[in-house]
Parts: sequence; C-alpha cells; structure tokens
Amino acid sequence: MTRIDDNPAGGRSAVTVRGLVKHYGETKALDGVDLDVREGTVMGVLGPNGAGKTTLVRILSTLITPDSGQATVAGYDVVRQPRQLRRVIGLTGQYASVDEKLPGWENLYLIGRLLDLSRKEARARADELLERFSLTEAARRPAGTYSGGMRRRLDLAASMIGRPAVLYLDEPTTGLDPRTRNEVWDEVKAMVGDGVTVLLTTQYMEEAEQLASELTVVDRGRVIAKGGIEELKARVGGRTLRVRPVDPLQLRPLAGMLDELGITGLASTTVDTETGALLVPILSDEQLTAVVGAVTARGITLSSITTELPSLDEVFLSLTGHRASAPQDAAPARQEVAV
Amino acid sequence: MSTATLSPAAAKADTPIPLRAHLRHTGALIRRNLLWIRQDPESMFDAILFPVVFTLLFVYVFGGSIGKSLGGGQEQYVQYVVPGLLAMMGMNMAQGVGTGFNQDFNSGVMDRFRSLPIGRGSVLFAKIAVELMRMLFATAVLLVVALLVGYDVGSWSGLLGSVALSALFGSALMWVFLTLGVVMKNAQSVQAMGFLVLMPLQFGSSIFAPTQSMPGWLQAFTDYNPLSALADCARGLMEGGPVAHALWVTVIWSVGLTVVMAPVAIHKFRTKS
Repeated sequence: MTRIDDNPAGGRSAVTVRGLVKHYGETKALDGVDLDVREGTVMGVLGPNGAGKTTLVRILSTLITPDSGQATVAGYDVVRQPRQLRRVIGLTGQYASVDEKLPGWENLYLIGRLLDLSRKEARARADELLERFSLTEAARRPAGTYSGGMRRRLDLAASMIGRPAVLYLDEPTTGLDPRTRNEVWDEVKAMVGDGVTVLLTTQYMEEAEQLASELTVVDRGRVIAKGGIEELKARVGGRTLRVRPVDPLQLRPLAGMLDELGITGLASTTVDTETGALLVPILSDEQLTAVVGAVTARGITLSSITTELPSLDEVFLSLTGHRASAPQDAAPARQEVAV
Repeated sequence: MSTATLSPAAAKADTPIPLRAHLRHTGALIRRNLLWIRQDPESMFDAILFPVVFTLLFVYVFGGSIGKSLGGGQEQYVQYVVPGLLAMMGMNMAQGVGTGFNQDFNSGVMDRFRSLPIGRGSVLFAKIAVELMRMLFATAVLLVVALLVGYDVGSWSGLLGSVALSALFGSALMWVFLTLGVVMKNAQSVQAMGFLVLMPLQFGSSIFAPTQSMPGWLQAFTDYNPLSALADCARGLMEGGPVAHALWVTVIWSVGLTVVMAPVAIHKFRTKS
C-alpha cells in the first residue's frame, strides 16, 4: 500500500481517495473516484440522486468495502484499519441517525459509552452537547417526538461526541424546510469554525456554496468536475440576475441594451415573459454592478432585482454539455472540465 | 470544542478491542434495549400473554382427554405439560428477537452503531441478553400460572436446571433468528419464516403430548427434535426419570447452533450494506 499524503492543492490531506470503485450488480455506484479533502476544510460533493454520493460516504465510514481502489481517512486505510478509522470520524445524514425510542440525552450518553468515555465523561458530554445544540429542554423526550430540525441537531450532536477529526454530512438538510435548513447550516458553520474537516454531500448548489470551500461534482459514479466554489461557478456561468422592470414593455429594449453593452456573462440575456423578468447571466459582482448602473442610466424603474445560483440541473448540464435546448451556451467550460 | 489531531498513522494492522471494552459496549447497548421496554411497556405483553394463554388453553381444553390417556386426569396432564411449556419459553422468546432486530436494522441507527469503534458482536450480544431477561420473566409468569392451576413442583433445583437449559437453547435459537432478522428484507418475512421453522418443531415434539401414540416416522423426528429433548429433560429433572439422552441432545443442539450461527449472524451484521 502506498500512502498519499501530498495533496495537489497543498495542505495536509484528511481524506484521500484514489480510483474508488463499487459495483452493485450491473450498476456502477462508484466508477473510479478520486478525491482529496484538506485538513480543516469543507469539501462539498455535489450530485443528483444516484450519483454515488452516499456510496462514497458509506465506504469512507467503513460500512461497506470498495471493490477496488483505496481510501484513507486521517491516515487510516478504510479496509485495513477500520476500527482506528471509526475512532476519528463522525457520521450524520439521511441514513445514520438516532434511536427514535430513546430520549435525546440517552442517545448521546449511549454513543459516549460506545466511544469508551467513562460514565461521568459520557454524562458531561451529553449535557454539554445538548446545551450547545439548544436541546436541553427536550433532553428527556424520545427523539421520535422531535421536529425535523431538532432531529438533525441531535444527529449533529451525536456525531460530535467523539470529537471527530473528520465529519461526514450526508445530505444534512434534505427534506427540511428553508428555516430549519438555515438553522442546520449555522450549526455546521460553527462546527467548521472549531477546525473539524467536513465532507458534505448535497444535491443543492446553494448548500454547497453556503458551507463548502471546495467542490467535487459527481455523476453516475464519476467525478465530472472539481475545484473551488468560485472557480466552478465561473465555469458554469456563475449566477443569474433576475431583473423585473415595472413596465413589461421595457423588457426587450433592456435586453437589447445589455447585450449591446456586452456586460453579461458567458451567455446572452433571456426574456422570461411569463414572470416579466429578464434573466442576465453574470460572472462577477462587477458585472452585477454594471448591469444596475446601465439600468439606472436609462431611467428604467425596476420592481425587483435578485440573483440566483445555478440549480444543480444547470450546473450539470453546463458541465456535461448535455443541455438540449440551450438559452445559454455552456460550451466554453467543457474542455477544461474533463477530469 | 477541540478536535482530534490527524496524526499520520503508521500502516500497522487494526488494533483489537479489549475484553473490558466489549463488556462496556454490550452493557451500554443492554441499557438501550431496556430503555426501549420502559418507553414501550406493551412490548412485554407477549411475555405475559404467552405463558398464560398456553397454560390455560392446554390444561383446560386438552388436559382432560390427554390426561385420561396418561392414566389420570387433568391434574396428571398439568404435571406433564408444564415442563413442556417451560421448554417452549426459550423458543417463543427467540422467535421475537428476529422481527425486533429487523425493524431496528431498518431504522438508521444501526449504521451509526456500525460506524463506531465497537466490537462486531456487541449489538447482538446485548439483544440476546435482554431477550434472555424477557424469557426469564415469561418463565416466572408461567410458573405463577402453573402453581395456580395446581402444578406441583417436584424438585426446585430441577426447575432451576430446566430454566437454565431452556435459556441455553433459547439463546442458541436467537442466533438463528438474529441471522434471519439481518438477512431478510422486512419484519413480516422474518415472522413468516420463524413460523415455518417453529410450527413443526413445536407440535412435532413431546411438549404437549407423549410421542408413543405418534406414527413411527414422526417419532423418529421427535426423538431428535431439540424441543422434545428439552421438554423431556425438564420432566426428568423436575419429576425424576431418565435425563441423559435428552440432556445430550439438548446440549449438542444448543452448542452446535451457537457455534455455527453466531459467527454467521455477526458476519452478516457487519457486512450488510
């Protein structure tokens, strides 16, 4: 076995994955995945359902073994040193969860004991984490009676008991309402502030942007792009500016003007007649400011102006170049993206 | 909150888990399963109802006529069937362990346990320990009902021996049902499978009636049916009579099942994806 500690991106590697393959019968859940997560950073793994995200997390948590390839977490090999590896990881997500019949406190105490804390330490740790995740009042109630947000917070608390060096968050906010999702994001950000290394899987570009510093995009078991968030956003055409003039008749002149000035991003503007808005792809804050400036200079009154991140679909389609009807031409990114 | 440092680990082999840690983990998980019972006391209904219903049913419905063929009456049958029911307790409690474990497995908490640095068997040992406690409770209920319907305990030390044997065989069967619980997709199929295995064992035995009147081929089956052996053992120990053959059959079945099925259950538990 050769260990790979040097990360091409610099910094020490907390998670190193090389050529990981996992088949389920005919289905290739993972088809040669490479991944490096540097210590103290948050790596987002973005992909649709069935892309292999959960399979990756399950291999890195030693729940399943890969067919080939290798992976180390904090220097421990997932196949050869599973027990030592389990001691340094925390797992939270759609599958690993808490015991619904047990009260919140008992859930945390149990995991503390299973992680070899003494009774006293386990009790103290359970109290401390309930406090930290604002669950003290619900400590004695069965976890099954918790709301969705409380459940996820208890999940997070449970995964933090062993003070893990590497934390896996497997779609931590799937199925949560926006307010609860923000709550969970805040908790995750606080945990990251403590220096834990995080591997986050998600289906949402927005979540990746909120939490991750680097991104790996996966599709059908393969990595189709990787890099910094900003870099990837630029590759997929950045954000979309949604501009709504008060007078819908001004939509087309406005579009023509912006295209003429050449201050849009990779693609040209699109008129969305249904909502009476103009969609302007932009790459930078400077372009955003320029658009606003141009609109103001023309004396056009706006009812709203918002920026939108590209959806997972859009990210995907631009990265793979499979978009069927293309209002935006995503071709420029295609060559550099091949990994 | 501080986090563990990422020390570059030497490529040494995995460290074994010390025995004390095993015991601690199993203890923590036993506590979990006991808390379940406290949270949901209805889960103890079967442990109360089984002994009550079976005792009353067999003593009052079949007791008179089977007792007559034993050369007495209902009182005679009480003496015959109670050791048999005692033998059955281990089996009945073992059957439930598969369904419960299957449901447990399908909730996400098992993934969390399996991602913790604990021994492979801890979760299963804890489950078996708690089921054995339930079995002892059911046996106590059985004994109370038996005394109420007029059972006369011949030998109390024989009774203790019988309960111990029943627990031994029950725990061996639990490994079988735990394996089913891990391998099968849902609780219903585990239950159906358990029913298929246990019905012939239960009724093709000397638990409820002497086997002398059964056809030869069935007698051949009952002779090596561990439940017959267990029931005969209990009768011998409590009422007096030969126990050697029955004891050997019981012990060989129990040890054999455990030696074969415990590693299978633990392996399936660890590698289930």
